[in-house]
Amino acid sequence: MRQRVSMTINGTNYEHEVEPRLLLVHYIREQAGLTGTHVGCDTSNCGACTIEMDGHSVKACTVFAVQANGSQLLTIEGLAQGTQLHPLQQAFWDEHGLQCGYCTPGMIMAARQLLARNPDPTEKEIRMGIEGNLCRCTGYHNIVKAIQAAAKVMGEGAERKAPATAPSARRD
Amino acid sequence: MAVSQMIGASIKRREDPQLVTGSGRFVDDLPQNAVLHLHVVRSSEPHARILAIDTIRAKEADGVVAIFTGKELREEFQAPLPVTVTFVPEKAYPEQYPIATDKVHYVGEPVALVVALSRAAAQDAAERIEVRYQALPAVTDVEKAIQKDAPVIHESLGSNLSYDVKRAGGDIEAAFKEAEVTISQRLQQQRLIPIAIETRGVVADYKPFANSLTLWSSTQIPHFVKVWLAVILGIPESQVRVIAPDVGGGFGSKIRVFPEEVLTALASRRLGRPVKWIEDREENMRATHHGRSQIWDVEIAAKRDGTVLGLRLTQWLDLGAYCSQFGTFMSLGLLVAPGPYRLAAIDGRLVGVFTNRTPTDAYRGAGRPEATYVIERVMDLVAQETGMDPADVRRRNLVTGAEQPYTSLFGFTFDSGDYVAGLERALQVAGYDDLRRRQSEARKQGRYLGIGLASYLEICGLGPAAPTQANTGVSLWGMGVVRLHFTGKATAITGSSPHGQGHETTFAQVVSAVLGIPVADVDVVHGDTGIGPMGMNTYGSRSTALDASAVHISATRVREKARKIAAHLLEAAEDDVVYEDGKAFVKGSPAKSVTIQELAMAAFQTNRLPAGMEGGLEATTFFDPTNFVWPFGTHVAVVEVDPETGKVSIERYVALDDCGTRINPMVVDGQIHGGIAQGIGQALFEEGVYGEDGQLRTGTLVDYLVPSAADLPFFQLEETITPSPVNPLGAKGIGEAGTIASTAALMNAVVDALQPFGVKDVPMPASPAKLWQLMHRNGGRKG
Repeated sequence: MRQRVSMTINGTNYEHEVEPRLLLVHYIREQAGLTGTHVGCDTSNCGACTIEMDGHSVKACTVFAVQANGSQLLTIEGLAQGTQLHPLQQAFWDEHGLQCGYCTPGMIMAARQLLARNPDPTEKEIRMGIEGNLCRCTGYHNIVKAIQAAAKVMGEGAERKAPATAPSARRD
Repeated sequence: MAVSQMIGASIKRREDPQLVTGSGRFVDDLPQNAVLHLHVVRSSEPHARILAIDTIRAKEADGVVAIFTGKELREEFQAPLPVTVTFVPEKAYPEQYPIATDKVHYVGEPVALVVALSRAAAQDAAERIEVRYQALPAVTDVEKAIQKDAPVIHESLGSNLSYDVKRAGGDIEAAFKEAEVTISQRLQQQRLIPIAIETRGVVADYKPFANSLTLWSSTQIPHFVKVWLAVILGIPESQVRVIAPDVGGGFGSKIRVFPEEVLTALASRRLGRPVKWIEDREENMRATHHGRSQIWDVEIAAKRDGTVLGLRLTQWLDLGAYCSQFGTFMSLGLLVAPGPYRLAAIDGRLVGVFTNRTPTDAYRGAGRPEATYVIERVMDLVAQETGMDPADVRRRNLVTGAEQPYTSLFGFTFDSGDYVAGLERALQVAGYDDLRRRQSEARKQGRYLGIGLASYLEICGLGPAAPTQANTGVSLWGMGVVRLHFTGKATAITGSSPHGQGHETTFAQVVSAVLGIPVADVDVVHGDTGIGPMGMNTYGSRSTALDASAVHISATRVREKARKIAAHLLEAAEDDVVYEDGKAFVKGSPAKSVTIQELAMAAFQTNRLPAGMEGGLEATTFFDPTNFVWPFGTHVAVVEVDPETGKVSIERYVALDDCGTRINPMVVDGQIHGGIAQGIGQALFEEGVYGEDGQLRTGTLVDYLVPSAADLPFFQLEETITPSPVNPLGAKGIGEAGTIASTAALMNAVVDALQPFGVKDVPMPASPAKLWQLMHRNGGRKG
């Protein structure tokens, strides 16, 4: 028994008939064709599939596609503006925050949510904040550095853009 | 930055813009029209006879295209999966085919294939397959497996013993006669599950009327996979093309020709359509090989002054249910067990045993972390027994710079390096003496700091050709093509097949440095057997020392030819023409120069080439070095163990590594960071646990603990740079060094922290429960 779902991903509307058991991550990858969101486990431990759904960070393997009906989603493909990288993408590049790059999209999406909640995190807060995302290549050293660097750039940007207001949930 | 400074430049990686934007192309991301999905039905039993496989109900399921059992496919295999000699030519082992027919030997062994229109349909249908097993007793422990009454896993071998051989050097009797101190210790190397974050995956596209196969695989070894697919499936090698696209980590876990590569190709050939197989994580944890799984029994002969005279070593290797392709590579551990130390004698015994568990093969370091763990624990055990400082025991035994090139008792000659200087520098940076003072103060307050050292020496950069030919059946040279295009842009083709190491950047830096063209003008091609000659792939920290060296030599040959063309164009004698920063000119007259772009064009124009010169500007090099490379260093770990919880906190981690020339220091540091984290994972968290029933108890990432960011500190990296004399770059390997050193450094720190409790050894992983028990047994603290 298939169900019709409709959702907006990175500003584009998608509509499909899907099986109720279809995981959102598979919908994003196979129906919407956005393969930047990866699958690294079956138990929601690795975080490679982290995306943003209605302003909240979710692991897209823990959500059924039908549960995302009517939602606004943001995936890694939606971060850059044309060829202008998001400050986190730029910082991961600058700081060598990735090696094989498989965990990277999820890691960046998790970091984005972390900085939205806590624009100026300590090292420990960063480490705790990305605890749900596993990387096997970097030892996290340069990932933490990259998030620190991005926080700095985004903080400066936010001050320039809106000095009088509190940081909003979506800061980019 | 001037291109001549490209060697040693921490430029940003060219790989990254794709990867940070989600535009990478991993196997599961490849666009495929009309691809069918393969699901592999796997054995739920560790040891059983297959009585029957009922597929009737599954064949009727929605979306099913075909179902195959092992018996139906067996005749298609013209050869078994490959097994290499790797240090133990005496071994007995069974042939392994990609799918079981009569008997299963471990949980996860393939027994049937379902091909369907979607992955979900294939999985649904698989649930309808009924495999009837006659269970046989399973054995999961190496020592039990070689007892007389143990169930025999492969009847054709008559027992579960693959080999029991001696490897000895020096006079061990004399060493023990001279000994003032003898110590016996059993050291555990627990079973590890590699966990690349991308599981394995394969897409196979067989074209029946062309008898050709293109196969994309998440592999470290596309060139070997190509050869073996041709051999096993009987397709001409020229008709097989294997491509490793973006690969999401390897760490050794993608180093062998896997059953699923053959099975996916076979399904495509049977059906004449492209077929995709993507491993899920639970499957990965059972079907992709495991690492380590060894026991080392150690007897130490030493003197009161800390001199280690000799070792009796038995290395028990759990091969798992089959001998994997490089399944006995880890025996290398015994041969390099002396590490960077002067050691007069080793009496070694290698015992390889089959058990009903997932086969073991290379995992980051493969034999060398085990060897380093043993010798570094030996140094600390001697320190503990003699009351010496562990640093002094190392000082006493390390090979000095003056003794280089030193030849070890198993005949390996080290290439270069002052190991003592490395140790002293690491101790100085860590503030070792101050740490010892702090430790002593802390103990008075009931706090338990531990300081652990590990001085490692790693053999890597596999080749050279002759010893690797003897051990693997192929000569592991480096391969590099450098080709200049008409417009002066370059393509470098490497035989290495990276999966995160950054070759597209670092190899371009090498070409840039030699030819004086921008990095952006150099494209680096890898991991595609359809382009360029056969390469020897990526493992054993070999890529820079071998393949980047081959690229370097090819680029140099291209430059020399370009210089000859320049001499012709400048109407000068060849010896008078110099080449600098992408231009050739007559010595002393740089104003009148010819650029490499002009020379590249001239190479394709007969009217501009010297008479008799062949056209084109490219070179191919198979590079065979004169020796292995031997990176080394000392790592210092500082931990605190909480006596209330047994939890280990890593307070500080200092790593001094010498890997010779660093082409891109930023990339080198990244390799070290990741390596350290993986070694810490073994020390503190990871263990592949089986029940006596042969079932994997840690079969998901819920149960198998991979370190997270919250478990680790920043790492402080230091270096010395001793170029290797055996390759033109002076580079040594760095892919595995972090892992090789960090497990030993961490565990030495943990044991050191627990000295007041009379603890001499802690079996890994040093979990809170285990440490709490050690700290609270028999009334707690002793000293």
